[in-house]
Amino acid sequence: MQATVVAPGMPHGTLSLLYTFHFYLFGLIAIVSALLFVTRKSPVAAALWLVNTMFCLAALYVLLDAQFIGAIQVLVYAGAIMVVFLFVIMLLNLGQGGDVTDARGLGWKLTGGAVSLVMLAQIFALTRAKTPINLTLPDGFTARQVEQTGAIAPVAGPLFNEYLLAFEVTSVLLLAAVVGTVILSKQRGDEHAR
Amino acid sequence: MLAEALFFSAVLFTIGVFGVLIRRNAIIVFMCVELMLNAVNLTFVAFAQSYGAGGQVFVFFVMTVAAAEAAVGLAIIIALFRHRQSVNLQNINLLKG
Repeated sequence: MQATVVAPGMPHGTLSLLYTFHFYLFGLIAIVSALLFVTRKSPVAAALWLVNTMFCLAALYVLLDAQFIGAIQVLVYAGAIMVVFLFVIMLLNLGQGGDVTDARGLGWKLTGGAVSLVMLAQIFALTRAKTPINLTLPDGFTARQVEQTGAIAPVAGPLFNEYLLAFEVTSVLLLAAVVGTVILSKQRGDEHAR
Repeated sequence: MLAEALFFSAVLFTIGVFGVLIRRNAIIVFMCVELMLNAVNLTFVAFAQSYGAGGQVFVFFVMTVAAAEAAVGLAIIIALFRHRQSVNLQNINLLKG
């Protein structure tokens, strides 16, 4: 990255340098935690490294002027979803992970690595695509918006106006998920005698 | 910081794909899917900074769908475990010809 590029909404000078430093720091911690997450044998250790990745992503969201999404990331992802994962690991007593190694063989690893590299190259090629300049907001627009209206209003406005139908459909999705979960995890009486 | 955020997002997504391909533990495969969803969320937030807050609304929806998916997916894993006493994907080959 060139030294001339300054983060939107941030003053020039040392503060901008601090901003860039923290952005790279949290990004690198997220990637290292993700690598540790896919290589751990024990599911509990893997889940905890994934929680670490999610916390770093929350920090990146805050640095990208999405404070509300950062808070929701900590509450919903790191707080709720990962606790459910850990709860299931505990329930099924998978914590040791020692006796049977679950990583696939060398052929699978090489294939997986090759597919991942090709995919990474594809995504990098996609990120180099030029985006139309007339859609771009002026520099620091989001930061100023957060300063003026707070962090929640820019999200809540479109959510309850433009995306109201999607919001309502999401509630139906959640209801379907709840019903599906209860039916799937219900024990059948004939299989398990009480 | 758009370019850097897209770089981190791409790397995280690829790590998730790699995990899905090389692990056999169903729960870890499932967590890799969550990692991919998170990587895409980072892309949404990074673009939302330069193109308007609509991207943040989409992150909201992705999180909701991820929560619903986690609940149903873990229920399926529990049902599989009851049936096979294992979450190793190699033992789950009912549809294999």
